[in-house]
Amino acid sequence: MKRLMRYIKGYEVQSILAPLFKLFEALMDLLVPIVVARIIDNGIAMGNSAYVWKYFWLLILLAALGLAFSITAQWFAANASVGFATALRKDLFSHVQAFSYSALDKAGTDTLITRMTSDVNLVQSGVNMALRLLLRSPFIVVGAMIMSFTIDVKCALVFAVAIPLLSLVVAGIMYVTIPLFKKAQAALDNVLGITRENLTGVRVIRAFCKEEDEIAEFDVRNKELTRLNEFVGRISALMNPMTFLMVNVATIFLIKQGAIQVNLGILKQGDVVAMYNYMAQMIVELIKFASLVVTINKGLAGANRVADVFEIKPGMEFKGSNISSRNAYSSNSGVGSADKKQDDNLTAVKFNNVSLAYNTSGEEAVSELDFTVKRGQTIGIIGATGSGKSTLVNLIPRFYDVTSGEVMVDGKNVKDYDKNELLSKFGIVPQKAVLFAGTIRDNLLWGNEAATDREIWKALDTAQATEVVKGKKEGLDYYIEQNGRNLSGGQKQRLTIARALIKNPSILILDDSASALDFATDAKLRSAIGKLDKDMTVFIVSQRTSSIRHADNILVMDDGRIVGQGTHDELMNSCDVYQEIYYSQFPEEKTSNGNDNGNDKKGKDISMSEKDDKSAESNNVTTSGKEVLA
Amino acid sequence: MSKKKTKRKTHSNNNRKKNGNNGNAVNKKTNNIVGKSSEIKQNNKTEIGNPLKDNKNKSNNNAGSLPTMKKVLGIIGRYKILLILSIVLAAVTVVLQLYIPILFGDAIDGIITEGRVDFDMVGTFLSKTLLLIIITSVATWIMNVINNRLAYRVVQDIRAKAIRQIEHLPLAFLDSHSTGDIVGRVIADTDQLSDGLLLGFTQLFSGIITILVTIVFMFSKNVIISLMVIALTPVSFIVARFIATHTYKMFQKQTHTRGQQTALIEEMIGNQKVVKAFGYEDKAAKRFDVLNKELQEYSRKAVFYSSLTNPSTRAVNNVIYALVALVGANRIMAGALTVGGLSVLLAYANQYMKPFNDISSVITELQNALACAARVFALIEEKPEKKDSPQIMDMAKGSVTIDDVSFSYTKNQKLIEHFSLDVKPGTRVAIVGPTGCGKTTFINLLMRFYDVDSGQIKVDDWGIKDVSRHSLRRNYGMVLQETWLKNGTIRDNIAFGNSEATDEDIIKAAKEAHSWEFIRRMPEKLDTVINDNSLSQGQKQLLCITRVMLLLPPMLILDEATSSIDTRTEVQIQEAFNKMMKGRTSFIVAHRLSTIRNADVILVMKDGKIIEQGDHETLLAKKGFYAKLYNSQFEQSA
Repeated sequence: MKRLMRYIKGYEVQSILAPLFKLFEALMDLLVPIVVARIIDNGIAMGNSAYVWKYFWLLILLAALGLAFSITAQWFAANASVGFATALRKDLFSHVQAFSYSALDKAGTDTLITRMTSDVNLVQSGVNMALRLLLRSPFIVVGAMIMSFTIDVKCALVFAVAIPLLSLVVAGIMYVTIPLFKKAQAALDNVLGITRENLTGVRVIRAFCKEEDEIAEFDVRNKELTRLNEFVGRISALMNPMTFLMVNVATIFLIKQGAIQVNLGILKQGDVVAMYNYMAQMIVELIKFASLVVTINKGLAGANRVADVFEIKPGMEFKGSNISSRNAYSSNSGVGSADKKQDDNLTAVKFNNVSLAYNTSGEEAVSELDFTVKRGQTIGIIGATGSGKSTLVNLIPRFYDVTSGEVMVDGKNVKDYDKNELLSKFGIVPQKAVLFAGTIRDNLLWGNEAATDREIWKALDTAQATEVVKGKKEGLDYYIEQNGRNLSGGQKQRLTIARALIKNPSILILDDSASALDFATDAKLRSAIGKLDKDMTVFIVSQRTSSIRHADNILVMDDGRIVGQGTHDELMNSCDVYQEIYYSQFPEEKTSNGNDNGNDKKGKDISMSEKDDKSAESNNVTTSGKEVLA
Repeated sequence: MSKKKTKRKTHSNNNRKKNGNNGNAVNKKTNNIVGKSSEIKQNNKTEIGNPLKDNKNKSNNNAGSLPTMKKVLGIIGRYKILLILSIVLAAVTVVLQLYIPILFGDAIDGIITEGRVDFDMVGTFLSKTLLLIIITSVATWIMNVINNRLAYRVVQDIRAKAIRQIEHLPLAFLDSHSTGDIVGRVIADTDQLSDGLLLGFTQLFSGIITILVTIVFMFSKNVIISLMVIALTPVSFIVARFIATHTYKMFQKQTHTRGQQTALIEEMIGNQKVVKAFGYEDKAAKRFDVLNKELQEYSRKAVFYSSLTNPSTRAVNNVIYALVALVGANRIMAGALTVGGLSVLLAYANQYMKPFNDISSVITELQNALACAARVFALIEEKPEKKDSPQIMDMAKGSVTIDDVSFSYTKNQKLIEHFSLDVKPGTRVAIVGPTGCGKTTFINLLMRFYDVDSGQIKVDDWGIKDVSRHSLRRNYGMVLQETWLKNGTIRDNIAFGNSEATDEDIIKAAKEAHSWEFIRRMPEKLDTVINDNSLSQGQKQLLCITRVMLLLPPMLILDEATSSIDTRTEVQIQEAFNKMMKGRTSFIVAHRLSTIRNADVILVMKDGKIIEQGDHETLLAKKGFYAKLYNSQFEQSA
């Protein structure tokens, strides 16, 4: 919370003036009973009509002043709270923008979005309310007491007793109910959970004839929710009657005491009326205050969650902040011979014994990765889900920092690069095809702002996306909705590939980014990429052996390690994991290779003819294969 | 339109207390929502300062609020006694609450001046008051408790009805409505209804009675002053409405800009890895700043203007108060009023506005609640599935006859027409075709999730329409590609179809389905509580298979997964499938070549229609769609 206070900067004066003017307004309110008392005691009792009129105008003046003060206060409060929230949001956005991949993983993007939207709004209204009302209510309560002390000490003692008691009751009820409300909310979430389950699982539930059981379970949760709601309702329902009771009992004491004092000639009738009015003002303010505390509490809770986000360190520093130490390090580790230098010119990417653990304490996601990629090579990376393929490619553009070892790009440690210099080398097509609201052109220009339409079309051509764009009446100006809702998965994927190609990168990374494409398009895409700049290094991550089998070098990943390296033919001879993957996708070849385990008789029967078919058609890429059988 | 908005605004200003009560609850909701229930998240987002949505709700309800009201009353009717009690107590408490200031006034009249205090009179009035105060407090509490119970019970009843309805709605309805929509109706809308009812009960009756009784009491004290108060009260409303109408435009702009900003945040932060990969951060920040500044401008105005309502109405009230004091003083001097009487009138003048504000906020809330109720009732009153036949069929041998069946989801788009197929016990039927070709249609018909339009499907010799759905479905074991598991323990999930299964049975099934390997390694084994995120796709699939393995009904419906499952798990799944299929009639939505080739009959579907059928060799020889499809499969190894 303290951390957030600095966003009030620039609005300090306003945030002092707002409550101050609110206090002026409250003061006007507090003066009213005194004026009325004067009317009764001096005007009415003396039959002085002119006096009454004078004091009537005074009341009107107080009303007008009250309005003016309060409007001024609201203006300052609105300015300060909105200004505060604006500055907070701006900083929060930049803060989150600086997050490294690991910081993002830790915080979770969904959470971050909630923090930036609803939580900041909660904070804003909390600040607004606090500025306007936090001081006002206690001021009136205390003020009413002080005013009554100025009228009569003995009577005022009633206030001195009543106020702490009232506060205690209000605070006590809130203290008890707030956690109960949370419990009730959890019960509601339970009901929500089972409702959703019944909808998403309707086919399974019906297939297993479980409808009645589900209803029974729902009823249990539903009743529990009702029970909790009624329970907390019963307690919070005490608030009004209790305060009513206490204030009125206090009033009885007040009038009784007043009667004695008037009888002794210490007080006048009007004074008693005035104190009676103070009592009434007080109760209104107390109840307002109770609800205010809840709003402010909400704001505080939101503020704490926002502050937590600020606590997260962006987590990665790029060259510029500590050049000297990095340079020293790299020159130490670099090898000086001319021979090596020559080699570096040809080497695009080199992993030296690289390991990465996402959490400091956690297991390593990848271990001891060691490989060299020459410029212009195509590298295939294959392995089961969770074997570390994506992690490997994420290390190349330094989306994560290695835990040990080093990643070299063009002969230089990635940690020694300036951020933009490093990024400019890469064209990256992430696993999830993400496009942004805007025209197709807007999206493609992410890769290269200066790209001409000709370059755009060339990239689209390579990415097999020309027909996607040609299919839209607006062409490149076709408006893509948020999250690319109005495009199919395959269309999105091809556009993201084009977006990466427009950069004309020296290293292209395709992270399982052809998964939504059919086999034929996938093949065309690969061949088109192959025809691009000879010097472009390409990484292809895939689950399909067909996508990577023609790569110059294939890395086989298993459980975070490279268990095989080489061409398809080499790996078929040497790497068990690769064979396993390959045969699971082409079981008929397994049988034809004589590794029949007796599982697949029919496959064996016709395997020979299939092989023939296959070779006959292998160069003849035609219809959409994958989609047909998918 | 503008009238509604006025109400909304008045409501939000005056109703802070009620919102306050729910405050933390709402917070909690926001927390839980993350990543769990997107539709509620959506709801929450729109709730935040989005008058547009409220308005839409209201205009919806205007058409049918009366019938909806009747339906709600129908459910409330079950708690007639509580309702009557609530109304009676409301009347009692209001009258007493208003009578007490009169007693105080009378007591004050006994305090005239030095030496002239009538202690007897003061004392009597005060002890009378004490008694009434206690009665009022107790009555208020009981009334609140009753109102709570009424509102929550009504909502409980509605939810109970809703879930029963969900279990019996035709799948055609459920398939055509998003889960979020229906969950929203059962949870958020019903909650809104409960809030509305609660507020309605607590404040509507007492508000109306308060106004009436206040008027009566005021008139009993002084006619002129009462008339004056009644005449001036509307001024305060006019002021409030004036402000609200002018604020509305700003609110609209604020909402619009805030919506844009939220969208940008969702895009940029939600996909920040991509943003970073393309070095787009600075541009994103620039775009954000532009919107942020715009939002600041609109917000400041919206917040400021809307916060004028309270001070302005208060100022009007203060003027009325001053007038009452002025006229009252003159009346006293004329001998037509006592000082105590004036203090009563002043108190009333202060209080008189409150019920009006309350009622207008209640009406807004009720309108909203009714709009929500209408949506809930629309769900509850949706036509349920055709009545089930009481006839129970035996466990089948497994022959399935499809006789001249036609089916379509919508009248104008014909899908399956005059389709016939005879499946002998133990036959494997593979269904193949491109994505979206309607392979699930077939499952829908076999399981009777949908009824055929014409023709009939028979299992053994039972027409599936002539037997109860349960007895038909017990004959099938179904494993869908979209894995669905309950939130609960692994045991609950495996024993889903047979809650009496022993641990031995469960473990045996798990071993056969290859799921035991990972269950064994879970911290609590069978008692491990699982949710959507705690298992991998492959593990979920294995659990779904285990669930069926435990029952092993005579017929199977299997859907092979297309999603990325790692190779080893996929081999295990395949083995489990093969084990299950042995000797059973099975229908397989097939993606794998080996499965297809092993099938006795292959149904080739395209655009929802079955275009070819036969076994692998026949179909290949036919050189039709299947042959083309099959050959293209080889290109993957090319």
